[in-house]
Amino acid sequence: MDRKIRVLVAKPGLDGHDRGAKVIARALRDDGMEVIYTGLRQTPEQIVQAAIQEDVDVVALSILSGAHNHLFPRVTELLKEKGAEDVLVIGGGVIPEADYGFLMSKGIAAVFGPGTPTKATIDFIREHVRQK
Amino acid sequence: MSDSDKLKDAVGRYEAGVEKSLAKFPERKAEFVTGSGAPVKRLYTPLDLEGRDYLADQGFPGEYPFTRGVQNTMYRGRFWTMRQYAGFSNAEESNKRYKFLLEQGTTGLSIAFDLPTQIGYDSDHPLSQGEVGKVGVAIDSLADMEILFDGIPLDKVSTSMTINAPASVLLAMYIAVAEKQGVSPDKLNGTIQNDILKEYVARGTYIFPPGPSMRLITNIFEYCSKEVPNWNTISISGYHIREAGSTASQEVAFTLADGIAYVEAAVKAGLDVDDFAPRLSFFFNAHNDLFEEVAKYRAARRVWARIMRERFGAKNPKSWMLRFHTQTGGSTLTAQQPDNNIVRVAIQTLAAVLGGTQSLHTNSKDEALALPTEDSVRIALRTQQIVAYESGVAETVDPLAGSYYVESLTNRVEAEALAYLARIDELGGAIKAIEQGYIQQEIQDSAYRYQMDVEKGERVVVGLNKFQIKEKAPEGLLRVDPSVGERQCEKLKALRAKRDNAKVQASLAALKTAAEGDANLMPPILEAVRAYATLGEICDVMRGVFGEYKPSVMF
Amino acid sequence: MRALRGRGGRAHLIGVTGPPGSGKSTLCDKLIAALRKRGARVGVLAVDPSSPFTGGAILGDRLRMQSHATDEGVFIRSLASRGRLGGLSRATQAAARALDAAGYDFVLIETVGVGQSEVDIVKIADTVVLVSVPGLGDDIQVIKAGVMEIGDVFVVNKADRDGADRVVRELRSMLEMAATLRRNAVPASVDTLAGRTSALSAGKSGAAGFGAAKPGAVSGPGMTAPRPAREWSAEELAHHLTENANSVTVANDAELPPILKTVAETGEGVEELVEAVLAHRAGLAAAGLLEARRLEGIRAEMRSLIAFRLLDALEGGEGRAREDALAKAVLAGEEDVYGAAEALFAALSKGGRT
Repeated sequence: MDRKIRVLVAKPGLDGHDRGAKVIARALRDDGMEVIYTGLRQTPEQIVQAAIQEDVDVVALSILSGAHNHLFPRVTELLKEKGAEDVLVIGGGVIPEADYGFLMSKGIAAVFGPGTPTKATIDFIREHVRQK
Repeated sequence: MSDSDKLKDAVGRYEAGVEKSLAKFPERKAEFVTGSGAPVKRLYTPLDLEGRDYLADQGFPGEYPFTRGVQNTMYRGRFWTMRQYAGFSNAEESNKRYKFLLEQGTTGLSIAFDLPTQIGYDSDHPLSQGEVGKVGVAIDSLADMEILFDGIPLDKVSTSMTINAPASVLLAMYIAVAEKQGVSPDKLNGTIQNDILKEYVARGTYIFPPGPSMRLITNIFEYCSKEVPNWNTISISGYHIREAGSTASQEVAFTLADGIAYVEAAVKAGLDVDDFAPRLSFFFNAHNDLFEEVAKYRAARRVWARIMRERFGAKNPKSWMLRFHTQTGGSTLTAQQPDNNIVRVAIQTLAAVLGGTQSLHTNSKDEALALPTEDSVRIALRTQQIVAYESGVAETVDPLAGSYYVESLTNRVEAEALAYLARIDELGGAIKAIEQGYIQQEIQDSAYRYQMDVEKGERVVVGLNKFQIKEKAPEGLLRVDPSVGERQCEKLKALRAKRDNAKVQASLAALKTAAEGDANLMPPILEAVRAYATLGEICDVMRGVFGEYKPSVMF
Repeated sequence: MRALRGRGGRAHLIGVTGPPGSGKSTLCDKLIAALRKRGARVGVLAVDPSSPFTGGAILGDRLRMQSHATDEGVFIRSLASRGRLGGLSRATQAAARALDAAGYDFVLIETVGVGQSEVDIVKIADTVVLVSVPGLGDDIQVIKAGVMEIGDVFVVNKADRDGADRVVRELRSMLEMAATLRRNAVPASVDTLAGRTSALSAGKSGAAGFGAAKPGAVSGPGMTAPRPAREWSAEELAHHLTENANSVTVANDAELPPILKTVAETGEGVEELVEAVLAHRAGLAAAGLLEARRLEGIRAEMRSLIAFRLLDALEGGEGRAREDALAKAVLAGEEDVYGAAEALFAALSKGGRT
């Protein structure tokens, strides 16, 4: 049986705008991936623990509140602490381009801003998970 | 031959002529649809309105069923309230922004709270980390609220507060600030959003489960009907439902379904419908399809008037009126070529005004990127002012009435909304429909369909999937000072050291007892607020008694 | 997987199943909390269906249990059924074994209950909790008779809603009917439930019920997967009872599996549920049935592995070609379907593909 790509879609922080997260979850499913959806208000600790227990290939974080510079790096740090730095971490939401560089330096593989086609995210995942 | 038959003949001739020329001059697309995906015909004629009765269906502005507006002179009397939603960082910074807005000609304040405040956490709660002051102002206690409204006379402004789950606490703080200014509650004007049902469906800042949440809401209805009579106790919101991806008809349907649930809850709690219904207000979105949006507002007014009069037997005409605030559609803005957003917002402003809104917030062009800067907020406000003073659309009442197209669209939105309302009734009402995930599912389906249409290029978004250019990263975006969180925590620490903690504990204990019983919770909340109990402390007491809502997810 | 051999067998495997919207995930969330309070380590396997079209899945059960995410004594894994026969994935069995071997005291297996998947749970769970809920349909017939059979403990969740008592009554009367039918020796499908439950509650009868638990598992040549017992509707049961009215003796309470009311949202009734689940297992052990049940589970698992293997072979190039040819022959009337299946089975088991 072929191993499906497993993706954890999580919303760290407190914002409740999950339209984007749900659309991307569906798009990934329709592309044949297994998506674990953990819903709103997730702490970095919860996200990382879930990523490990669920043995995911990718963690996709969505945030619209502006707390990304605080919360995204926490996720990558914790993954590293748990020895799971091979998990691909990507982010999306309302994130100013000026922050992309900082986030990437903290181990976020890619940031997808508003208006990104779901296809672009899917292609990125397929390409980078295969490389692993 | 009757006039109608003559008309049918003529329309038939026209269509036949078109069919003939189509081979040579094909239309741009095989199918034309509205912004919400509903089919649009080539031409609308009086035939499309056959069987409708002008007096019964449209009537006159200020009269049942209010299709043409809730006031008899509409904007000839006075313009809508230009109300810009704002708030960020801490109370000091936001106070400055409000004073700026008032100087610029804003006529009402609209307070944005940060997420910890909206979810009832103090700034020093672990979950608040990174969120303090980000999407709105951080309010932890009455002390912050006093600073927020410093120098702003509360009997002179109308204040709208986007606060839901902890609405009673923030309203209590507002009342307490007014007391300190020497303003009695009956002089206060404003609105609290207080619409928990759409939080479960679309916005996500819930705290408690539906049962106790509905109790808090009816407690506010009851309290305000006696103590704060000019306060709009709820703003039943379709805005976020639309932002989450619904169609225009779904926006109307799900909002009114929530409205029905609130009225039912209040009636069940023993209130007379005419005691609270005049204070119900609504909040809708404005998207780019000008005519469909106008039709949406008109249909919403008509459907609500009939629900209130026929279903709930309301007698006071004010109970039948659907008064609403509008905000332009955040999800229609693009991060690409953000200046284009100014044009989108202008179209949406026209829609809201032609649809008869009572107040309007216009989004700033940079909101797909970050919180708006002062410059972009000014352009957004100027957009409203240009529509008001220069466009001429406000000079007569409901200028699009009688348009075959707009009236047909109004009828269609009405019919689709009624069909949804019937389905939701079958499911046992809005709360049940939400618990079963029905409403969420319908919205998600629409959102996904929309996204796929955009990705396939079937729906053009200028600058996003057509007419793209290479852009440099935008500059000059507003950044919230990251140290706001720390300062807010220090303020809290100082407050806890300074206040009379015995009094705080006693007020919280009284609140707990009240919550366990079935008394109105507004008075004990007000007492706790006056004692400088924090928002988090007050909400924690209620969390302890009521539990917390856990969403289910469906795809 | 082989490395885990011989280390398992300590964990209590609890299947939790019921229709969508019955609050299974919330109930599991509360069960985790209750078991943690007793100091137990808890593993959870949450199974959701895959899309039959893309093979993808959205696994959302975890959402309701996320409050335990950072508890080191809890391990939650979501699984997609991956479109296999039987909603419960093959991986569930392996994962349950892994959690057992890793020292988890309890393994909850949560699955959407709408058919074959419930029946599959029985194969690996020591105790099956069947969740129903008021207001999902007209009445209890939402839970089909074929599904009723697998329950060891019955739960009416959301019991604060109108109609909860009616669901309890309906459950009871269906269980009574089933038990009565068993006493009066009626078809195996009904016998299964009553046989097992009476054995458990009183330790009276033997393991006959277990033996009959998989009627028709491999009922003919070429049949590749265990099939559920035929489902009996309430009407059919009632009809059967009237038909046999003369010889009917009514079942007594002690023979019936427990029916509990819970409100998962508030945790009401969850302690009682834990007690009932523990009592069920103790009953199994006391009656010496735990091993029999597990043996049956292992047998069923082996059968299903063989079935999957056959299916895999069928899906392979050569198998598929043979299948196509035989199907065409049946369509053309040159061969009947039994003969064709027999031929296909013979070819495959000869090692058409290994």
